[in-house]
Amino acid sequence: MTSAPTASYSPAGTQPDLPPSRPGFGHLMLAEWTKIRSVRSTAWTLFLFVVITIGLTALFSWISAANWTGPHAADRDTTILADPVGFIFGAGIGLGQLTICVLGVLVITTEYSTGVIRASLLAVPRRFPMLAAKVAVFGLLMVVLAEIVAFGSFFVGSKILHSHVPVSLSGTGVLRATVGAGLYLTVLGLLALAVGALIRHTAGAISTTIGVVLILPILTGLLPDNSFYNHLNAYLPQQAGSLVYAVHQNSGQLLSAWEGFGVLCVWTAVLLAAATYLLNRRDA
Amino acid sequence: MIEVTDLSKRFGDKVAVDHLSFKIQPGKVTGFLGPNGAGKSTTMRLILGLDHPNSGSATIDGKRYAELAAPLRTVGALLEAKSVHSGRSARNHLLFLAQTQGLPASRVDGVLELVGLRDVAGKRTGGFSLGMSQRLGVAAAMLGNPQVLLLDEPVNGLDPEGVLWIRNLMKHLASEGRTILVSSHLMNEMAVTADHLIVIGRGKLLADAATEEVIARGSGQSVRVRTPDPDRLTALITAEGGTAIPAANGNGGINGTAGPGSQATVLTVTGVTAARIGELAAASSIVLHELTPQLASLEDAFLELTAGSLEYGHLDAQPADWSSE
Repeated sequence: MTSAPTASYSPAGTQPDLPPSRPGFGHLMLAEWTKIRSVRSTAWTLFLFVVITIGLTALFSWISAANWTGPHAADRDTTILADPVGFIFGAGIGLGQLTICVLGVLVITTEYSTGVIRASLLAVPRRFPMLAAKVAVFGLLMVVLAEIVAFGSFFVGSKILHSHVPVSLSGTGVLRATVGAGLYLTVLGLLALAVGALIRHTAGAISTTIGVVLILPILTGLLPDNSFYNHLNAYLPQQAGSLVYAVHQNSGQLLSAWEGFGVLCVWTAVLLAAATYLLNRRDA
Repeated sequence: MIEVTDLSKRFGDKVAVDHLSFKIQPGKVTGFLGPNGAGKSTTMRLILGLDHPNSGSATIDGKRYAELAAPLRTVGALLEAKSVHSGRSARNHLLFLAQTQGLPASRVDGVLELVGLRDVAGKRTGGFSLGMSQRLGVAAAMLGNPQVLLLDEPVNGLDPEGVLWIRNLMKHLASEGRTILVSSHLMNEMAVTADHLIVIGRGKLLADAATEEVIARGSGQSVRVRTPDPDRLTALITAEGGTAIPAANGNGGINGTAGPGSQATVLTVTGVTAARIGELAAASSIVLHELTPQLASLEDAFLELTAGSLEYGHLDAQPADWSSE
């Protein structure tokens, strides 16, 4: 419709009988759910997340299976045979996690770029509940979807590799790694949301998150092999968190699977706390 | 009632709001007037808790905005800056706002009906015209049926129909006993809309009085007259104790020039009422093409009040300076 709507103006509409109600946290979560589901970027990034993660798991598994006796057999022995479950998840999550980082950032930065944050804060002037509801809703959405993707990836990857390295959920640590993959992606998404809330600009926040997740581990990996640098590397959010979806423990590994996941959670909690503090202090 | 007490806000070393105090009473439309950059929007954002003041406080019915349990049920706001996601439909925008207040979804349809956007409720707001966006903003402000409304430059960019609609809506809402604060830099719009005026410049209060009072305080009433027989009329007006000045350079360009083919001259008359001018002309059978009491007198009052407090530009650019054109 191109023409302006008619100036229909009904004074009666200004005097409705509104039910008395004191909104609670559930109302805020419902509102955040409406926000998340009503923009296309959510559906698109989640679609890409599912396709990329499961698709790449299938692709890498299939390439490995097809070239099982090829010239790269030595690589195969150190990666796939050492930890077939870790290989299955690593293949898809490596890129799939980037879509989650993008979505986590967008959930909050689009409020700033579009100005919706003003409407949001007028409706919920106490800023912590607003952020908490957003974290809760995005966290719930992520954990459901990420677990589906984690189990999907596992079944696809293990099916393809079955004739070479049979793995099943009943194997030692396999169920933990599968559930852990979903949890890792969920908490990583929340970490991205926290970075978005801190930086408030989409491009800056996405660059920062991807820098922390992808680039930083590569850089610290180049540092000399001594205790300090090894600790630094191990306690990075992505390095620590990814331990939860591996089954095999490397020799000299500083953190166990759950400890590593705990480190990622602490990073996320600290960043969310900082985001809350700044959200309260800053002008919107 | 909105109560602002000793409110101040700095951005860096720039003072946007400077120890501002005023009260906005219910039951009337209060105009919030000031040149661009005077601090109108900042003051509204401080009242609404979007910005934090450096000193002072702003309360609505005795409570700070952040203390309101369901603020949209108490205060509705239409901000000048955009606050809608272009990819979200109008209905979903209003729906999430309604949900934060525990309002039923049916209320969303109610306000969409009120502002005349029901037919485009499911459309993404990115395709909305400025007028439709303003209507959506009004719908959001009316969502909780609030007793207090803050509207920041609501008629900006609206077509005449939209301006009339906003004007009538504000008057109607005030007649229901609500508190309405509407900011504008358009003096003429305020003259026909507002019952009371708060005028600020450079963040400081310049006037807080009834609209007529602010106008009366200015240079006095003037009347715009267009006649093909200016000399006789001028003589009559002068005899009556008024002054008539040919206003070919009058209100700047277009207004001063007579229509194509017309030999009429525009006079700016002060000291005589429009009614009296009409009587004088009728008695002497002088043809008048136009006889308009000038709302621009509020503009004059405004310019006098805000002289020296303009954020940008300079006030010397008054009509008299354009006479050489």
